[in-house]
Amino acid sequence: MKKILSVKDLSVNFETYKAEVQAVRKVSFDLHEEETLAIVGESGSGKSVTAQSIMRLIPMPPGKFVSGSIEFNGEDLIEKSEKQMESIRGKEIGMIFQDPMTSLNPTMTIGKQIAEGLIKHQNMSKKEAHLRGVELLKLVGIPNPEKRIKQYPHEFSGGMRQRAMIAIALACNPKILIADEPTTALDVTIQAQILDLMKGLQKETGTAIILITHDLGVVANAAHRVAVMYGGKIVETGSVDEIFYNPRHPYTWGLLGSMPKLDNHDEELKAIPGSPPDLSDPPQGCPFAARCPYAMKACSTQMPEYFELSETQKTACWLLDERAPKVEPPEFVNVGGLKVNG
Amino acid sequence: MVNYILKRIGYIALSLFLIISATFFLMQAAPGSPFASERKMTPAIEEQMIEAYGLNDPIHEQYITYVVNSLTFDFGPSFKFVGQEVMDIILRSFPYSLVLGLEAVFIAIGFGVLLGVFAALKHNRFGDYTAMIIAVMGISVPSFIMATILQYIFAFKLEMFSVARMESFSDTILPAIALATTPLAFIARLMRSSMLDVLSSDYIKTAKSKGMSQRIVTYKHGLRNALLPVISYMGPLVAGILTGSFIIEQIFGIPGLGSEFVTSITNRDYTVIMGTTVFYSVILLVSILIVDLIYGIVDPRIKLVAKGGGK
Repeated sequence: MKKILSVKDLSVNFETYKAEVQAVRKVSFDLHEEETLAIVGESGSGKSVTAQSIMRLIPMPPGKFVSGSIEFNGEDLIEKSEKQMESIRGKEIGMIFQDPMTSLNPTMTIGKQIAEGLIKHQNMSKKEAHLRGVELLKLVGIPNPEKRIKQYPHEFSGGMRQRAMIAIALACNPKILIADEPTTALDVTIQAQILDLMKGLQKETGTAIILITHDLGVVANAAHRVAVMYGGKIVETGSVDEIFYNPRHPYTWGLLGSMPKLDNHDEELKAIPGSPPDLSDPPQGCPFAARCPYAMKACSTQMPEYFELSETQKTACWLLDERAPKVEPPEFVNVGGLKVNG
Repeated sequence: MVNYILKRIGYIALSLFLIISATFFLMQAAPGSPFASERKMTPAIEEQMIEAYGLNDPIHEQYITYVVNSLTFDFGPSFKFVGQEVMDIILRSFPYSLVLGLEAVFIAIGFGVLLGVFAALKHNRFGDYTAMIIAVMGISVPSFIMATILQYIFAFKLEMFSVARMESFSDTILPAIALATTPLAFIARLMRSSMLDVLSSDYIKTAKSKGMSQRIVTYKHGLRNALLPVISYMGPLVAGILTGSFIIEQIFGIPGLGSEFVTSITNRDYTVIMGTTVFYSVILLVSILIVDLIYGIVDPRIKLVAKGGGK
């Protein structure tokens, strides 16, 4: 499949009064046509900043690009002017946000909010945009679209708003859809509906999706490939099967291990001890070294290279070096993986 | 909608009744008499005066007569200015306050919103600090100082306007500015904080992610939502400004309602006090109703239904 987006060595910093926070540090990944790439990680791992950098939605200042490139259609998005970005946002790359309760303008009808992009990017008349809006609402499964399109966001339920949000993001048939925790604010039954909707739309339109989430259940359900982020870095990336069945990074083990299991009532929920690193003064070596039960001397002084385990799986961990002791993932990880997929 | 307005008018009538009753009995309770400051009158003359104005009738009769007459906007004759009806005094002085007030309201809202939006867009930069220094000065400098400064610069030094006269439109400009300064500064600060709030909200990010330009994001998506707190502040503001500021009217020699109100209090001119109070209340209640109606139009989340007082 063709590569559509290529992020290379992206670093994004934020100026604060205290220090410069290095939110994203040398992140690289590719996105192919018609695939869903999940970026997982805990809060503060840099996943949202990465996504918003692609859209150039990071307010600058305080944010700034320190290095790297975001190649889309053979052009570097970082080099684009604000005016040029306006014709990419919404048209080439659409975005869905976490909280559908706050991400729609409360004083504008749903129809107008959908039409705006169509009028701007596809030179539609108001009437054409309205008709297309009705079609889009029908597409995302909103019943009674002719009536609904004239309503305001507060007349929609949470799940319906997220559907409307998806309709807005997909209005101009973007090549990439960035979904920043699209199901986090919804309850579980609605989550499944929204994920199914996104999967179905992807099949129809061929849009590539970047799915940002901290929910491994969502990943297993919707993604083709996964990038695990920690401390502003991608520590492991691979296909869904590789990440769930053959994870090689201790942080991925921790993530998989900390998922609750339905069949085990006695066991306490497993947490990864410690807290994420302070990114205003990030550790020299592997960001996970301080919390890693397998940490070696080298881990805290030198950031490991990516070890290519297969064509798709790359893991940044010194345990994979031939000089390191052989460590097998703990038992519970595999159990967790099986449960999620099966 | 019609039901809602009817219901609101009902509330207004009820509020007015309570206000009329409260002022009436407070006036009765206040010591002194409208004729106390006159030259010494013979008891016989004073007795006749009191009788003529019906002040000897039992309280409840006076009260009922007053409430009934109020319904037809007849507040009786002035005690102090012989031969003048209270309504004449109000109708004579209110137009000045109205013109002045409307000018001041437009200045305050127009420039206040402008200054606030400007400050929000230049957040934490030079423009923001400048705008907020102006706003803080506007709030802290009392209007009478502002009035004197304006008179000194524009009337005395530059001779662009008259110092105190009320004949043509140009005479209303200085007092309107002086009257507008404080609310303008207040609106600017309100607007700035609400605009900053709105600009950092999620739906602004959504609008940006659709490829909307900064201008459309700010004005089409931001401004309307940011205006809501300003609109709710407008009810009391408009009523206060329309009925005039006593101090400003004194300084610029304007025969407006504000000065009539204060003079009537020092004179114990019962009927004028009550008439102006009731008139002020009507304006306040009506402008609050209008503001609520505007609010309902601007913010679709607020439904104007008769149930539950409209919220």
